[in-house]
Formats: sequence, structure tokens, C-alpha cells
Amino acid sequence: MADSTWVVASKRVEPRWRLRAFLRRLRSGDEIAHLTTLIFALTILLITFLLVSELWINSTLARQRFGWHFLFTRTWDPVFENFGALPFIFGTTVTSTLALLMAIPLGVGAAIFLAELAPPRISDALTFFIELLAAVPSVIYGLLGIFVVVPILRTTVMPFLKDTLGFLPLFQGHIYGFSLFAAGTVLAIMIIPFIISISREVLLAVPGEQREAALALGATKWESTWKVVVPYARVGIMGSVFLALARALGETMAVTMVIGNDTKIASSLFAPGNTIAAVIANEFTEATSDLYVHALVELGLVLFLLTIILNALARLLILATTRRGTAHV
Amino acid sequence: MNLRRVWRKSVNAVMFSLTALCALVSLSVLLFILGYLLWHGGKSLSWSFFTQLPKPVGETGGGMANAIVGSGKLLLLASFVGVPIGFLAGVYLAEFGGSTLSFLVRYITDLLNGVPSIVMGIFAYTVVVLPMKHFSALAGGLALGVMMIPIAVRSTEEFLRAVPQTLREGAMALGASKWRAVATVVIPAAARGILTGIILDLARVAGETAPLLFTAFGNSFWSSGWNQPTASLPVMIFTYAMSPYDDWHRQAWAAGLVLLALVLLANIGARLLLPKKALGSRG
Amino acid sequence: METWQNSSVLEPEVKVMSETQKARVPGEEVEPRFRVSNLNFYYGSAQALYEVSLNIPPSRITALIGPSGCGKTTFLRVLNRMYETVRHTRLEGDVLLDNRNILDLDVTQLRRRVGMVFQKSNPFPKSIFDNVAYGLRINGWSRGVTLAEAVEHSLQRAALWEEVKDKLHKSAYALSGGQQQRLCIARALAVDPEVLLLDEPCSALDPIATAKIEELLFNLKSQCTIVIVTHNMQQAARIADHTGFFLLGRLIEFNRSEVIFKTPARKETEDYITGRFG
Repeated sequence: MADSTWVVASKRVEPRWRLRAFLRRLRSGDEIAHLTTLIFALTILLITFLLVSELWINSTLARQRFGWHFLFTRTWDPVFENFGALPFIFGTTVTSTLALLMAIPLGVGAAIFLAELAPPRISDALTFFIELLAAVPSVIYGLLGIFVVVPILRTTVMPFLKDTLGFLPLFQGHIYGFSLFAAGTVLAIMIIPFIISISREVLLAVPGEQREAALALGATKWESTWKVVVPYARVGIMGSVFLALARALGETMAVTMVIGNDTKIASSLFAPGNTIAAVIANEFTEATSDLYVHALVELGLVLFLLTIILNALARLLILATTRRGTAHV
Repeated sequence: MNLRRVWRKSVNAVMFSLTALCALVSLSVLLFILGYLLWHGGKSLSWSFFTQLPKPVGETGGGMANAIVGSGKLLLLASFVGVPIGFLAGVYLAEFGGSTLSFLVRYITDLLNGVPSIVMGIFAYTVVVLPMKHFSALAGGLALGVMMIPIAVRSTEEFLRAVPQTLREGAMALGASKWRAVATVVIPAAARGILTGIILDLARVAGETAPLLFTAFGNSFWSSGWNQPTASLPVMIFTYAMSPYDDWHRQAWAAGLVLLALVLLANIGARLLLPKKALGSRG
Repeated sequence: METWQNSSVLEPEVKVMSETQKARVPGEEVEPRFRVSNLNFYYGSAQALYEVSLNIPPSRITALIGPSGCGKTTFLRVLNRMYETVRHTRLEGDVLLDNRNILDLDVTQLRRRVGMVFQKSNPFPKSIFDNVAYGLRINGWSRGVTLAEAVEHSLQRAALWEEVKDKLHKSAYALSGGQQQRLCIARALAVDPEVLLLDEPCSALDPIATAKIEELLFNLKSQCTIVIVTHNMQQAARIADHTGFFLLGRLIEFNRSEVIFKTPARKETEDYITGRFG
């Protein structure tokens, strides 16, 4: 090696190098792996697109026939083929609202206990069991609904409410047992675990410095929790409520089994009713005409859109809390 | 001064008890469900439940053998759809994804997760039942399979990401190409978590009723192959519970016990196998 | 003037190395293993290495020292193209392994020839045997030997065989920190690399484990070119034949270790050696 200097080319020619590199990667299988997994990932996009388009296409007859009036019409008459979604929107709204009213205090209260006040071991153990509740299938809640909840409501709770609050139209009328009230109750039982689980996580995500600041000023545990931690996590807790609501809207089986399946808009909670999900479940296989089926699919489309919007909102709220504080929202 | 302190302390104690009560009430619901189901279901559980076919309406006796097998079939079909798509998409997101496409896939997957199960049933109906002009296990399996996808994706991605980067680099530094490192080191390292996620996923769809109501529909007899309407545990529970026959109610309890036992066992097993933080709890 | 031509050159832009620049390995007449010329390296738009030129001599231990963040690990990771696992990285300049540009070589082949041991030991969640056998199973091993024999040979070279021969099928995580690092060395050695890169391999280990590794590196160098990044100057002085001092992304000085540590040519080197800055 007697050379004193050598010349080195410092510029590679781009296109040929790129091609060679690509071929090398291809041989080593990386590109194939990338492509294969990509295809499967794209399949998800395809399926979702297909879902939306099928819902759209298979509700065409109903959409064209009824237009926007569909959402405001009270009649649901398969015989004369006049379909309106209002009774079901009403039923869905009432049962979900009732469920939320019952579940939020209980759920947020339990979450506060589990996140802030309970000793960590007890908190973990209880949370473990409460989260198992979220895994119980809907039809089992329905089973218990029919044979346990409805009888209890019919014999004890509803007469009590009628006696004490009967001056309100909400609590008047004949007590069948199977009613909007029963559905709301069962729904409440079903969504409590979600509210607890997510609210608890949101509360735990509040930085320790916040609690310590309050405690250092002489606050009791409760004061620190209620006046500092919970407000900080307020938005996230709202998010958990939205998520629970989204779930309640889509709940089919337990609701169908206890709501009475009556397509009317009543003023009393004791009256039977119907929800969007329940009517689809009950009438789909008996839909005799194409328009009937399309009307049911349109109901499904409405439900779909509702839950998508709610879920998106919920996720935004929860994200806002767990990333940074919510003191300014 | 003293009075105010006493007041604040008692508020503290009262709220502690109140919130504890909330938690206990929530917990007691679970215990009640379990207990009641155990009692009623246990009474009705017998060997014939697992081995016999349903008797015609009005006759007592019979069992749900076809529903148990039917549920098994549907879960098998569902895993053929849900597991490959979910797993491989998860691998894509964790290992190969670019930023914009990954964001889109994740977003759409989350969207899919929020679709109500009855709407999923409508989807499977329009895509399988309508063209075939009859109900089938295929349709039910498709509905359940698509429901499995989002959780499988999320679970796979989470557990793959949890594998430290240094393991990937260690494999690549030995001459393994990217896909090889992923296949031989990263995926095996995350395997246990991914498997647990899939088991939980299966447990969840095993209890789903709504998507089967007009896809797999139901069957009083054995269904052969994949092309016929198929009985399933959840649908049987629904049908029997809503019926006016006491004997069917009895059987509904038994079926409910079996279903709940399977679902809870899978869940408890999964949660015990893995640390709590590893399992996402976002509904 | 001698022109070195490469077949892929269509547009040669000539760069000339002067005598002084080339003679970075005084006293050495053999072909350097690695020839690095005018290496510039970028993480996105931030430059991490500036005009680094360096020859790594074969069958020797070369140490790279310098304060935190000076680029020595970045430089190390260029040598086996590990920087490609990170997005938005860019390399300018030439890095030649045995006179072939590493960018022209198949990257998996390059990495078989140039092994790496990481700062924190990273054994795979497999058995001790499967860890060492991993590289062999991927790259193949010589026909005359069984897999078990090849694994044993590697473990011997890494001075670990005696300690693990009875528990080859136990998990690698059952070993101590020092043993795990030696396992990683055995794993890297199994594919018979020509060069072994070590990134602060002893930083997480106690002095006894460190001494064991230093001894095995010393015994290895005759079969293998070793490049070691270290924070520990005494270590460099102990085991390295040559040392390069990096500062703020530049190679300040490169010479035989005794020169660097006793009579450094540059003031920055001297300041670092004498501890005037960390």
C-alpha cells in the first residue's frame, strides 16, 4: 500500500442506489412483511366503509320515502307502512337519561372512594370485582331483569313512588312492571362499572402535587378530594359519562327484555315503551316488506351516528384530562 | 374554632362512609348476580343440559347441547375473521406504520369499537344473509368476528409496543432483518399478553346476543356445516327467558350460569395472568 | 494521484485526502478494518457528527472516549448501520469496511460481520442456549460443527461456559447482570464477527464483572477487531491500543493510547484527560 493519497467519490448516484436498496429489502422480506400487515390494516378501513355504505344503501327506501320527517313522526305502523322514529328516540332518550341519573351519583361516588379515600389494597381488590361486572353479558342482565328487577320494582319500588310522587305525571298510571322505568334501572346497573372504572382512572391521573397542596393547607381528605381533585378531573369524569351513555344507547338485550316493547310515547315512566335497539331486535326478522326492513335499517343508521358522535366527544374529553389538567375548561 | 373542626371532621367521615357505600352497593350487585345465578342455575343444571337437544315447545326436559356446540362454532368462525385481521393490523401499527396512515387506522378502529352490536348484526345481515337468502353460522361468525377486531388490534399493538426497543436492536445487530426480528423476538416476547387479550376478546363476543338474532338466528336441532342457522347459548337464553314456559325459564337460568361461568373464568384468568396496567379498560 | 473507482460512480466528485489526514494511525502499516472519511451525521436537521475521519486498525482494541453527548455512541452505531432503525437520520461521507462502502453491502450481512454489544445487557426472553443460538439459526453455521458445539464455543470465548454449562435451558434472565452481559457478548460472537462494537458495556456492572469482561476482550482482540465506547478513561487506558477522543460531534484526536493519555497533542484532550471537564 504505497499510495500517498486516494480519491474518494463523495457523491453516490441516488436512483441506482435506491433501486438496489429496494431490491435488497424485498429479498430480505421486509417489504413483504410491511405490505402484508399493511393490507390487513387497510382491511379494517374497508370493512368500516362497507359497514357505513351498507347501512346507507339498505335504508334508501325509507330515507327517500320519509326524509327528515322520519325522525319526528310518532307513528310506527307496519300495516300501513308509515314509519316514524320518534317513539324509539323517545324511549332511548328516557331510558338512558334515567339510567344516567341513577348511575352517575353511585358511580362517581364509588370512583371517588376507590381512587381517593380507600386504602390501596382494598381499592384494587374492589376495583377488580367491579370491573368484572363490565364483563357480564347483556342477556344475563336481561335474565335477572325479568325475574328479579321487574318483580321488585313492580311490588315495592314503583308503588312507593306512585304513593309518594304520584302527583307528577311521571309516576302515574298502571304499574305493569315491564316499563321504561325498569329498563332505566337495568341500564343503570349495566353502566355503573364503566363510570366507576373510567372515573377512577381519571381521578388517579390527577397529579399528586394537587392533593398535597390541599392537604398541606390543612384540608381534610374529603375536602382535598371534593374541592381540588374532583374539579381538576371534572372534564374526564364527564367523558366517562359520555362513554357510559354511548354504551347505554346501544344496549339491546337487557332493555328488550324488560321494557315492554310498546311503541307509544307515554308520559309516565311506569308505561312500557321501546328503544331503537330493542325494536330492531324484535321486529327485524318479522319485517315483511322491503320498506319495513329499510325503516329498521335507517333506525340502525341513526343509532350508529349517535354513538359515533358520543364516543368521539367522550374520547376527546378523557384525553384532555389524562394529558393535562382540566382547570381551564 | 373547635366546632368548625368537628364539623369538618364529621363531614369527612360521613362522605367517606357514603362513598364507601356507593362502592359496596356496586360490588353487591355483582355478588347478587353471581349468587342468584348460581342458585337458580345450579338447581336446573344437569347432565341432560349438556347432552340433549331442546324438546319441542310445551314439553319439559331437553337440553342445550346444540346451543353449546353452536356457540363454539360461531366463536371459531369469529376468530378466523377477528384474530388475523386484528393481530396483523396491530403488528402493522406497532412495527411498520407511518404516522398518517397509522393515525387513520387507529381512529377508524376506535370508531368500529363503538358500533352497537345490533348494528353489527344488520351489517352481517346485509352482507351475508341477504345474498345467501338464509340465515347461517357464517353470518353470525362474521358479525362476531368484526366485533373482535378493534380489541385485538389494540391489545396486539399495546403489548408489542411494551417490548423494549433494545430487544429489537439486539436482534437486528445480529443480522436479523426487521421482519425477522419482529417475528422471532418481539412477537414471542409479547405473545402472552396478546394471547390473553384475544381470550378476553373471545369471552366478550361469546356473550353477545344482538348480532346473532338475525344472522345465525337459531336452531332447535343440530346445524351441520357453516351454512345453516345455528343455535347459540345467548340467543337461547333470550328466547327461553321471554317465553311463557316455566321449564324454559329453568333452562334459561342454567344456560345463564354456564355462559357467565365461562365469561367470568376467562376474565379472571386473564386479569390474574397480567398486571393491571397492561389491560386497557376503556370500554 | 491514484484514483479509486467504484462501479456505481457515474458522476465522480473528487475529494483528496492529504498525507497528514490519512496518517491517523502512526506506526501501523496494515490495512485498517474501517476507513471513515468526512463523516457527517444528522438526526433530522440537527447535526451530530462533523467531518469525522478515522481508521480503525484490525486486531486491536480501539477505544472512543469523550463527555456525554459528544457523539461517540452515534459514531459507533454508524459502523453497523444501526442508525437506520431511527427515522429521519442521514449520513454523509464514506464509511468503508475492508474497502467496500457499508451502504453498498447488504445490511444484514454487514451486521453479521460487525457485531454489537449494548450498554444495558439485552438478552432475549429465551433460554441461555437459544440466546446464543439465535444468530446462528438466522445466519447459518459452519457445516462441520453441531449447533450445540458452536454455542459452547461462543460461551467459552466469552468466558461464561463454566458458569452456565449446567443450565443452558434456563431463562437468560436468571443470570446476574455481569453474566447477562457476557451472554450478550457470547451471542454476538457466535456468528463469528470480524469486528465487535461495544457501547459502554460495563457501565452498569460492578468492578469484578467489569474486570472479567475486560480480560475477555483482551483475549479476543487477536481474533476480532474491537471498538469500545467508554466513559471510563482508566478502562480505555487499561485495555485499548488506540484511543479516539470525541468532543461535541468532532473527533479531536486519535492516536495510540499511551500517546493520548500521556502526551496528548490537543489542549481539549488534555483538559478532558485531566478531568477539567466531565
